Amino acid sequence: MRCLITGGNVKVFGKAIHSLSRIGDELYVEPTEAGLSLRAVNSSRSAYACFLFAPLFFQLYEEGSPDPSGETFRCKVLMKSFLGVFRSLPSLEKMAEKCLIYLKPQASRLVVQLHCKYGVTKTHNLSFQECELLQAIFNKEQCANTLRAPARVLVDAVVHFPVTLAEVTLGVSPAGKVSFRNYLDEETETSKTMMTELCLSEDEFQDVQVQQQSHVTFCLKEFRGLLSFAESSNLPLNIHFDSPGRPAIFTLSDPLLEVHLVLATLSDPNSSLRAQPANGAFPLTVPDDDFAGDDIDSYMIAMETTCVGEAEPPSSPTFPQRRTHTSAVPESESSDLEGAVPGTPPTEEVPLLVLWVGADPVSGQDTAGAQPGCAGRGQRRRLLRGHLPPLHPSTPLIAWVEKLDFASPSPLLEGGSCFHATEQLEHCQ
Amino acid sequence: MRFRAKIVDVACLNHFTRVINTIAKLAKTCTLRLTEDKLYFILADKVANGGVSMWCELSQGNFFDEFQMEGVAAEHNEIYLEMTPENLSRALKTAQNAKTVKIKLTNKHGPCLTVAVELPTLSSSSRIVTHDIPVGVIPRRLWNDFREPSVPDFDVSIYLPVLKTMKSVVERMKNLSNYIVLEANLNGEMNLKIEADLVSVTTHFKGLGNPPWVSDDSQNSTQDRDPESMAEARIDIRKLLPLLAGQQVNPTKALCNIVSKRIVHFILLHEEVSLQYFIPALA
Repeated sequence: MRCLITGGNVKVFGKAIHSLSRIGDELYVEPTEAGLSLRAVNSSRSAYACFLFAPLFFQLYEEGSPDPSGETFRCKVLMKSFLGVFRSLPSLEKMAEKCLIYLKPQASRLVVQLHCKYGVTKTHNLSFQECELLQAIFNKEQCANTLRAPARVLVDAVVHFPVTLAEVTLGVSPAGKVSFRNYLDEETETSKTMMTELCLSEDEFQDVQVQQQSHVTFCLKEFRGLLSFAESSNLPLNIHFDSPGRPAIFTLSDPLLEVHLVLATLSDPNSSLRAQPANGAFPLTVPDDDFAGDDIDSYMIAMETTCVGEAEPPSSPTFPQRRTHTSAVPESESSDLEGAVPGTPPTEEVPLLVLWVGADPVSGQDTAGAQPGCAGRGQRRRLLRGHLPPLHPSTPLIAWVEKLDFASPSPLLEGGSCFHATEQLEHCQ
Repeated sequence: MRFRAKIVDVACLNHFTRVINTIAKLAKTCTLRLTEDKLYFILADKVANGGVSMWCELSQGNFFDEFQMEGVAAEHNEIYLEMTPENLSRALKTAQNAKTVKIKLTNKHGPCLTVAVELPTLSSSSRIVTHDIPVGVIPRRLWNDFREPSVPDFDVSIYLPVLKTMKSVVERMKNLSNYIVLEANLNGEMNLKIEADLVSVTTHFKGLGNPPWVSDDSQNSTQDRDPESMAEARIDIRKLLPLLAGQQVNPTKALCNIVSKRIVHFILLHEEVSLQYFIPALA
């Protein structure tokens, strides 16, 4: 991989990193034919973002050739260290002329070089970890409601909410009324908290398509991060959303850049999610499993076992996994629910933020957003819940999990939890 | 009980915002008293218990283009509300370039002071932001707790120096000690002192002038007081600082009355706002 960014694009790239840094602690880097993709997901898997920079964005773009086994290279680096390179945007704008990103495979280092004025070159050698594809499962085509507005309009809208506010509720009605208001959970006392509501008229938007009245609640922090990027790049923002509990998808689109931000929305305890398994939103089943305790080790292993062996449909653990068994997996033609392993959420029954993130060994590309019905292709997904204990793939445990060879049977992966996963599958069918 | 008010003028809105910001710095919660021609922000913390108290009075005509209120009964045409001024300050912060700001008493999930802000947009229609600030309605039997405090029988009354100067002095002193001694005499001199284990710092102000108080009380102790002798009070520096920091506009008149070793009474007068603030002295 070798990418050269020049001129004003360095700042755009830096801004993208800033926006991604609001989401997760790790940055997933993948050079593909379609461009360089940068992704992040938060620890509770309720927010996911993907920035795809087209080859034309770069002065020079070489994705690099796949390794002998036919695998594309992808890796993850610590967000902190990557962000460090682009920390100060004003100085980046003033000083940096070029940015070169390349891979030093022998040294196992991702090199980010900033060529600045006066012949100063800053070289950052970042260590990385090879990883699986990170892909959230969503489909904006299936969202009933779409809004499109200049970023400025939305920036001016969210500015009315306090910085400390965690979640905001976006509401639309078919009459074209769009509103934002601060979300209060049951614990906050309404007699103490100020409620703020903002109504926008239809003509402030470039496009309003509302099929059904709905209110979705999502995290403000990540949304603000994307807004600041959108505002600086002067791109209109598209918001695709549906009923509560279904992910809200925010996109920016430009010939050189495609941005997706997927935020889980708070599920409405009154509406039945079970009736609507489309769009990657699988029934919110709470399995009576035995990993519900906070024993993270058993939790992790159990999760990985759901994809062991070829007899079972390929499951998608939350974490990007090795693709050693990919070739053996036939493109699944099966029904929506087959292969949907509803993971191992904790036992809490409260409606929480949910989002599906999984590896996509079949397509292997950042196409999920553009492919109608992608979510229904029988690929594995996991139910992820907002308040899980943070599962950082950087912990030694996970590094270990990723090294497991799923093709060969491992004694570690046998046993009760494997049986449990099968049981789950039958349950779903 | 009804209340609705409207601000259209930008200067009035800015001024009102500044007053509310000051109050938000001085009190976490306070009582808003509404009468036909005035608004009062009252903090009736009992000074005897070591807390501060505040009395802030605004003439509604100087701020509002429309002001309608109707109290519980014709003979008690007043409304008393318990509220968090910080909320009002936050609501007004987003109204900086508003076309209009309406404030009304509503009943949504409990009594609320609803601030409806009409903001200009790029398109033809304007944008409405509403903030519902929860308030508590104070029943009439408790109204007596919120009487205007009387001017204490002070030893020395003196005009304060420019508050900005005083603020920068007190801010620095805060880093050295938690307590400050405020002393003044009838000769227009005032000292701000701190005494810590390692350091003593005193800032002297001269020629401040002493306001003439018309005494209707022949026993007033200031009459026969030695002009050189200082009356002093030791107060909590963190209670003094918000008063100085909150003043974004220098008041037309600022003075303080010191009751030796008991209380310091500050009076800040703007053209249409008066603010009184009481800080108890510590032993």
